[in-house]
Amino acid sequence: MTTTARRLELGRVGESVKRIDAIPKVTGEFAYSSDLFAAGMLWGHTLRSPHAHALIAEIDISEAVGMTGVHAVLTHADVPGAKTYGLEFPDQPVLAFDRARYFGEPVAIVAAEHPEQARRASEQIKVAYQPLEPVVEPEHATEREPIHEGRPTAGHGFRDDDRPNVVRTIVIRHGDPDAQAEVSVSGVYELGIQDQAFLGPESGLAIPDAEGGVDVYVATQWLHIDRDQVAPCLGLEPEQVRIHLAGVGGAFGGREDLSIQIHAAMLALHTDRPVKMVYNREESFVGHIHRHPAKIWMEHRANRDGKLVNVRAKILLDGGAYASSSAAVTANASAFACGPYAVENALVECTCVYTNNPPCGAMRGFGAVQSCFAHEAQMDKLASELGIDPVELRLRNALAPGDSLPTGQRITGSFPAAEVIRRAAALPVPEPEELPRDPLRLPGGSGNTTRGEGVKRGVGFAVGFKNVCYSEGFDDSTAARVRLTGSGDGLAAEVHCAAAEVGQGVVNVILQTARTELDLDDVVLGSATTSSVGSAGSASASRMTWMAAGAVQLAARAARDELARRGGRLGPGEEIEVERVYHHRPTTPLDPETGQVSGDGAHVAYICAAMRVVAEVDVELGLTRVVWIGTAQDVGKAVNPQAVYGQIEGGTAQGLGLALMEEIQTRDGLITNASFTDYLIPTTLDMPPVDAELVEEPEPDAPYGVKGVGEPPTVVSTAAVVSALRDATGRELTRVPVRPDEIVGLD
Amino acid sequence: MRIELTVNGERREADVWAGESLLYVLRERLGLPGSKNACEQGECGSCSVLLDGRLVCACLVLAAQADGHELVTVEGLGEDGGLHPVQEAFAETGAVQCGFCTPGFVVAAADLLARNPHPSEDQIREALSGNLCRCTGYAKIFDAVRLAAGS
Ligand code: FES
Ligand code: FES
Repeated sequence: MTTTARRLELGRVGESVKRIDAIPKVTGEFAYSSDLFAAGMLWGHTLRSPHAHALIAEIDISEAVGMTGVHAVLTHADVPGAKTYGLEFPDQPVLAFDRARYFGEPVAIVAAEHPEQARRASEQIKVAYQPLEPVVEPEHATEREPIHEGRPTAGHGFRDDDRPNVVRTIVIRHGDPDAQAEVSVSGVYELGIQDQAFLGPESGLAIPDAEGGVDVYVATQWLHIDRDQVAPCLGLEPEQVRIHLAGVGGAFGGREDLSIQIHAAMLALHTDRPVKMVYNREESFVGHIHRHPAKIWMEHRANRDGKLVNVRAKILLDGGAYASSSAAVTANASAFACGPYAVENALVECTCVYTNNPPCGAMRGFGAVQSCFAHEAQMDKLASELGIDPVELRLRNALAPGDSLPTGQRITGSFPAAEVIRRAAALPVPEPEELPRDPLRLPGGSGNTTRGEGVKRGVGFAVGFKNVCYSEGFDDSTAARVRLTGSGDGLAAEVHCAAAEVGQGVVNVILQTARTELDLDDVVLGSATTSSVGSAGSASASRMTWMAAGAVQLAARAARDELARRGGRLGPGEEIEVERVYHHRPTTPLDPETGQVSGDGAHVAYICAAMRVVAEVDVELGLTRVVWIGTAQDVGKAVNPQAVYGQIEGGTAQGLGLALMEEIQTRDGLITNASFTDYLIPTTLDMPPVDAELVEEPEPDAPYGVKGVGEPPTVVSTAAVVSALRDATGRELTRVPVRPDEIVGLD
Repeated sequence: MRIELTVNGERREADVWAGESLLYVLRERLGLPGSKNACEQGECGSCSVLLDGRLVCACLVLAAQADGHELVTVEGLGEDGGLHPVQEAFAETGAVQCGFCTPGFVVAAADLLARNPHPSEDQIREALSGNLCRCTGYAKIFDAVRLAAGS
């Protein structure tokens, strides 16, 4: 083959660099958590509740225990330590003890020599369930019996809300929430349950260490918080549980909560053998949390010149059976409810409830996706009511540095909302394509048997934003360790950081930062594990680039200073080793009564994106085709531009999926479409080209001015795609995913 | 039962259970975990392999059906231990993020280019429509196929 321009292998910050794991990933050598193997290994399997809500009277394992190849059958009675765990509140049983609160809740675990033996043995476990009426309507959850005793999330500085089944309520009162204006538009918007649908299923391998401790190799987003949840449930000290990052096949928030970690470790410690667990696709759909479905009531009041005067929003989130990160999602949905616009008055009320529906938690965009879908529909509606161009209306109201959010937080860092709007709006839109044409290029693809008579084209626009890093007083710091070693003709460096490489490319961020700071090519990255370095925090909240770069920069600079003290060189075998912890600037909680910030402010920094979408809709058949997407995104500084574009393209696809096809469907709390046959994600035929522009206005507080990249495209694309469909159809389309019936007006 | 097959040019034997898929046997019995299991229902293409030169989902083939046949997996795609041009192109263009879909995509793309060395845009999309990727949004995967086709 002819040679093409090569990506740099040893790049510095700001250069497009080939991923260090690209070659092992294309050859199949890269070891994902489902590829692991150990001599003498057993296979674990989980028995799950077939009910969304049921009391558990008795569990009889006697038959299963004696089956061929079976080495262990464990229930709640075998949990050595704490019986419950959770990311923020320990409300979730390791194995259900008195009742099951959602469909698919783990009830028992089995280890056997072959995965099929384990599965069959689990079928012979007899669980005596007494089914209860499930709480499945979030709008009525606060009128039902509580599904948890003792209000697991009460206190914690949250607003008092005594109604049953409340996870968290937030009320933000800003300015005069009753302020009137010349025009008003309102609407009610709904979003279905979206799934992360990462391709690599939950999996891992637990290996007992013969001294009572255990090593767990697993695909996760935050090694140290896994350890801090696993160890108490095993009745072990944190040092006795070592969590090691195995290859991660995508995450998108779905690996923040534990999956196999405690179960595999329990089976391994019980059998004294390595135990591997791998979920199949169906189990993966029930085995992790989802994006919160939402219902949102919004009213926008504005003057004739387009200036927003008052935004009133009521948001209801269905948190499902366990809290997971729902409290933080509630905060985000509230804080970003008004969009990236300056508005002097607002009233935002947001409640997240417990139900017996599938548990919800983190997914890319984290509360901002839901709000963005609603506020952008409202901005389009307002534009049309006022006869102002929708892009112009957004520009007139765009938040800018120095402005405040409805929480009272002033934007002190970079925030080029107007710039991303202008840049996205300026991207040239492709010409309409002629008919007739290859059916592959019709809405619905080859499933469309017409000649395109019913095809209408629409152009949509949306803007969205969210925060970078954790918020409300959480110090999600990141540690990094740098070791310099003298070698024959110079220096070599090794970096340790427990940041989870989930596909986003943080391994390159770490190496590019270290090479830049040390001005050295010979830098290698150690494996990510709790046993060699402090916590990195989570690969979430678009924070990992900023935090990992910050930590590596600190450690590298400290190593360099030490090197200078030693005269600038190290003899062969001589070493310098330093570990440093990087903190983002402190944040403080929202006032529980007013939702206003106190002290430093609830958020660290903000990121925004604008997107323009061209879509075609067959208004007779209800079929859609997104033709083109153009977007401009505020990224602070692109450490590895190739990877940044990749995040934008991939994040856009997930938002498009929610707009058009992705929804976990339930009947009485039972998931009815737990497969890729029935839960559809965008394919090569669904994704249009994405023209992306990076807006690089450095963030003053951050290393190299970086911000975050992963979430804004997902926040904005659902709203932007539906905006285009509305333009094509003239219909309101208030619910996603948009269904063919709604497009043709059958509702 | 015992089966015999040629995998990536090598004769291999395995003792398998009647119900085991070819994918399970490759991954768990023959030490070739490169082909991935993301659905086991023929919906994602992560397990794509070439069976007697034909692109198939290894999760839908029973191991017993592969008895006596010839197989190429992602591990054997490149010649003489080198990279296949499609593999190079995926690494080069940034078509790999988490990479879980990558083995399936490179096998499917190599198959496409073997049949049609200069596919059109629509032909690329159609040929790869049985492979799911959750990370990339496919743009860089198309870049990779175009790059490999041009080489
Ligand atoms: S694992 Fe075979 S098609 Fe998905
Ligand atoms: S790169 Fe992650 S699924 Fe394709």
